[in-house]
Amino acid sequence: MSVAGHFGYWATVFLMMAGLFIVISRGNLVKKLVGLSIFQSSVYLLYIVPGKLVGGTVPIVGEGFTVYSNPLPHVLILTAIVVGVATLALGLAIVVRIREAYGTIEEDDLLAADARAD
Amino acid sequence: MSDAAFALAAVAVPFAGAALVALAGERRRDLREAATFASAVMLFFLVVALGPQVLSGGRPAVPLFDMVPGVALALQVEPLGWLFAAVASSLWVVSSAYSIGYMRANGEGRQTRFYACFAGAIGAAIGIAFSANLVTLFFFYELLTLVTYPLVTHHGTDEARRAGRVYLGILLATSILFLLPAIVVTWILTGTTDFRPGGILGGRIDAATAGVLLALFMFGIGKAALMPFHRWLPAAMVAPTPVSALLHAVAVVKAGVFCVIKVIVYVFGIDTLASLGGSAPFTAIAAFTLVAASVVALRADNLKRRLAYSTVSQLAYVSLACSLFTPAAIMGATLHLVAHAFGKITLFFAAGSIYTAAHKTEVSQLDGIGRAMPWTMAAFGVGALSMIGLPPMAGFVSKWYILSGAMAARDWVVVAALAASTLLNAAYFLPIVYRAFFVAPAPGDSGGHEAPAPMVLAQVATAGACVAIFLFPGLAIAFAKAVAGG
Amino acid sequence: MLAEHFPALLVVTPLVAAPLIVVVRSARAGWAMALAACLAAVLMAAQLLARVAASGPVSYAIGSWPPPWGIEYRVDAASALVALLVSAIGTASVVYARRSAAAEIGGERLYLFYALMMLCLAGLLGMVVTGDAFNLFVFLEISSLSTYVLVALGRDRRALTASFQYLILGTVGATFYVMGVGILYLATGTLNLADLAVRLPQAADPRAATVAIAFITAGLGLKLAMFPLHAWLPGAYAHAPSAVSAFLAGTATKVAIYALARIWFSVYGADALLRDIPVAPVLAALSVAAAFIASGAAIVQDDLKRMLAYSSVGQVGYITLGLSLATEPGVAAAIAHVVNHGVTKSALFMLAGAMALRLGGTRFSDLAGVGRTMPVITFAFVIGGLSLIGVPGTAGFVTKWALAGAAIRAGQPVFAAVVLLSSLLAVAYIWRFVECAYFREPPAGAPAPGEAPASMTGTALALTAAVVAMGLHGAPVLGAAGRAAAALMGGAR
Repeated sequence: MSVAGHFGYWATVFLMMAGLFIVISRGNLVKKLVGLSIFQSSVYLLYIVPGKLVGGTVPIVGEGFTVYSNPLPHVLILTAIVVGVATLALGLAIVVRIREAYGTIEEDDLLAADARAD
Repeated sequence: MSDAAFALAAVAVPFAGAALVALAGERRRDLREAATFASAVMLFFLVVALGPQVLSGGRPAVPLFDMVPGVALALQVEPLGWLFAAVASSLWVVSSAYSIGYMRANGEGRQTRFYACFAGAIGAAIGIAFSANLVTLFFFYELLTLVTYPLVTHHGTDEARRAGRVYLGILLATSILFLLPAIVVTWILTGTTDFRPGGILGGRIDAATAGVLLALFMFGIGKAALMPFHRWLPAAMVAPTPVSALLHAVAVVKAGVFCVIKVIVYVFGIDTLASLGGSAPFTAIAAFTLVAASVVALRADNLKRRLAYSTVSQLAYVSLACSLFTPAAIMGATLHLVAHAFGKITLFFAAGSIYTAAHKTEVSQLDGIGRAMPWTMAAFGVGALSMIGLPPMAGFVSKWYILSGAMAARDWVVVAALAASTLLNAAYFLPIVYRAFFVAPAPGDSGGHEAPAPMVLAQVATAGACVAIFLFPGLAIAFAKAVAGG
Repeated sequence: MLAEHFPALLVVTPLVAAPLIVVVRSARAGWAMALAACLAAVLMAAQLLARVAASGPVSYAIGSWPPPWGIEYRVDAASALVALLVSAIGTASVVYARRSAAAEIGGERLYLFYALMMLCLAGLLGMVVTGDAFNLFVFLEISSLSTYVLVALGRDRRALTASFQYLILGTVGATFYVMGVGILYLATGTLNLADLAVRLPQAADPRAATVAIAFITAGLGLKLAMFPLHAWLPGAYAHAPSAVSAFLAGTATKVAIYALARIWFSVYGADALLRDIPVAPVLAALSVAAAFIASGAAIVQDDLKRMLAYSSVGQVGYITLGLSLATEPGVAAAIAHVVNHGVTKSALFMLAGAMALRLGGTRFSDLAGVGRTMPVITFAFVIGGLSLIGVPGTAGFVTKWALAGAAIRAGQPVFAAVVLLSSLLAVAYIWRFVECAYFREPPAGAPAPGEAPASMTGTALALTAAVVAMGLHGAPVLGAAGRAAAALMGGAR
């Protein structure tokens, strides 16, 4: 197998690193959530890509169907996507509340505001 | 009631007393004091009732809880424990009378907490005395530390708080860092933590491990105040004098040396230790503590501080005797536990009386005080003579056995240390007595008066006991023999 | 037989209670329903624990799909014990929450608080009973998402930032975990934990197993606040409503620890961990760091709840230290500490919450002289603190004893020294509270606050009493923990 043959993994690793980097490096809470979503998307790829067989069909048991794609990763990732969406929604809701309470969504300003309160 | 029930009741009575004291509260203080006194008397009778059975070989046992698998929280009465319990409970009766006089005369605050913790401390001491295994002993040992903490910090001042930190810091740190690992290792080596005649470690331990384990036990039992872990004892002197008297001359420190004797006799076994040898470092540390503490005491002007260092030194007698690993020395150690208790409590009672009646705390202020407080200073003299080990006082009996044990072991260093400390004892106690009776009071000193009656009675009683033990040592010696297996 | 379905009902009961509470829209009825669901969970968990002890692990096929094709719920001595702990702490927290949450959250939508508690409980119990690695992730996220909301309900606005931080780190952790599971799935083609244990040694590429356990350990390490991945915990515990702090302190990290132990020992096995993958020494080193650094950090906190939170990180260090020994006594000590520390810390957070309710905060400046104004609560807090130190007669002693013994038996006496030496740090932070509560005068002019409401005080005292009972009579917990360790280390194979 070649480097190119692993392109699915390369994409996974790139998304994972890019997402994690955004989460760590950005001070804007919304951007953090964007990074988090990208990070989570890498997992979707990790599961889905190996499940796909070139020339495979949906898993129908019957005449003329011999090569199937594995359906289980799709089902799992459907769940994971739901979780991801819920997390994003909740995260954004908290960001809204933070903006109401602090008037900012920049991490540095938030830390400064908390430090002043002490 | 069976003997086992007596043993359980003996541990339970002081705690019940503490609860009653707390319930009675400040508003009903006569009831509160009655509760203290009643539980003290009841405890004393319970312990006395156990005596004949224990002397004739009975070992009443009470298993309570399964603390960890294979190790129960359990009580068992044996001669050493009974002797310690008898000393603590009899002196609790006397010191209850004394503390009521002292606390009221000095108008101390937070008296309910004081009496409740006091009773709790006695309960923990009795628990230590009647422990059936090391884990139970450790439980009551730590309980004793914690319940005496509020007594040490009774006044709530910054000084008391600092003293409390030293007290708790040293006692908890030594017990957690040294004593607990020693117990765990013993448990792993032998599969049990029970106290058994002849010890449990025999045949399961080599000389090197025994040395390490012994060191862990000796320093882990911080209440025995071996140097360099002795500083908590002088620190604890910020407490009201009844606390110093009963707890830091009897219950707490005696619990320390009691644990030392118990570990040597019932965990290691003196035969095992004697055959393994290697007691020299331990003997040296005890001998050093003995002499060094006496020297510090010599230079202390504060009376209670001098008494505290004297206690450190006297406790080292017991540790020293234990380190000889001979039956005679173990007997001496056991007897010294008793003799020192009566002598030192007398001295503390006297110190408290002087503070209450004349508000004096320093040795240099005591010129001529014997004229105003003859009973107090006479009792003080008796206690001092007992400390020095002169007949006709209790201290003579125990020193005799320790000295003969040392001579039998041909350990001349020990003999020299004992001789030196006897001289030092005389040097720091006799001048106080001399000042009190033969030096004229400082000009302007109004002379003062004797302390309140309950306090005087208490110290005369304990002074009398010092003499009585010398005259009738049979009972104590019988128990000590049973401990040493003689 | 209804009892046959207990493994599923354990999860379903709180899961169904949550939407029902939302439908009913009443805080009072919601509280009653939550309490009923919790009590039902306690009874089912207790019955399962007894059944497992008597007749071995119980397997339950969801939808009657036999494992490894369908999702298997599997209850053994370990999961039943943790389930009992979680549901019991949940019950206590719900009882406590009636007055506490009403005071701290209040408002018309208080009923939603109980719905979230039930969702969180369902997620945690699901993590415990499931025998499927991916299903575990789903339950992890159910509990986590509800936890983020619960934390954000705190009175202070800092609860919002704490919750957001927890959301980010928690999601990263969960994603790491699911990546590890994905790699395991790719290597073996199965998600069933028992099946994984069989197939993993036969996998084509052993490197996949190494990578997977690294991901899973890091991911669950975030959830269980393994030092230095604990950054979310102090804020979340300090600013969450008191009832939530008490609930989470006893359950959330503990369940993550259980999940880690399950995958380490039931899927990989102690031999493989010690032989092929150097993950145990890493965990041991981090645990030692946690025991010293986090406990040390606890000493200098200005806020009682924050102090307790740092103390939790340190205590989790003891638990992971036990796991890292990878011996049966070590794992047993770890599980026992999960139970003992869970109860202790819940009790302490409840007591701290009672003080917060009366004094308006838990900063040490608020707590001056609390020993005089709230004597019962303060005394109970000292007892709980003694359990953190490991004083005999409290639950903490029993597990320290077991842990020190296990370390010495495993040939690692240094770890025993670590456990004992770091307890002295606990002495320092507990004594800081004692001196503040008993030696300082209450602020002048402040009205005497008095004790907290009976339902709060009662629950907290009941847990404190349990701490003492488990300390005096510790053998049952240690025995159950021993069986749990045996199940973890040998059961699934």
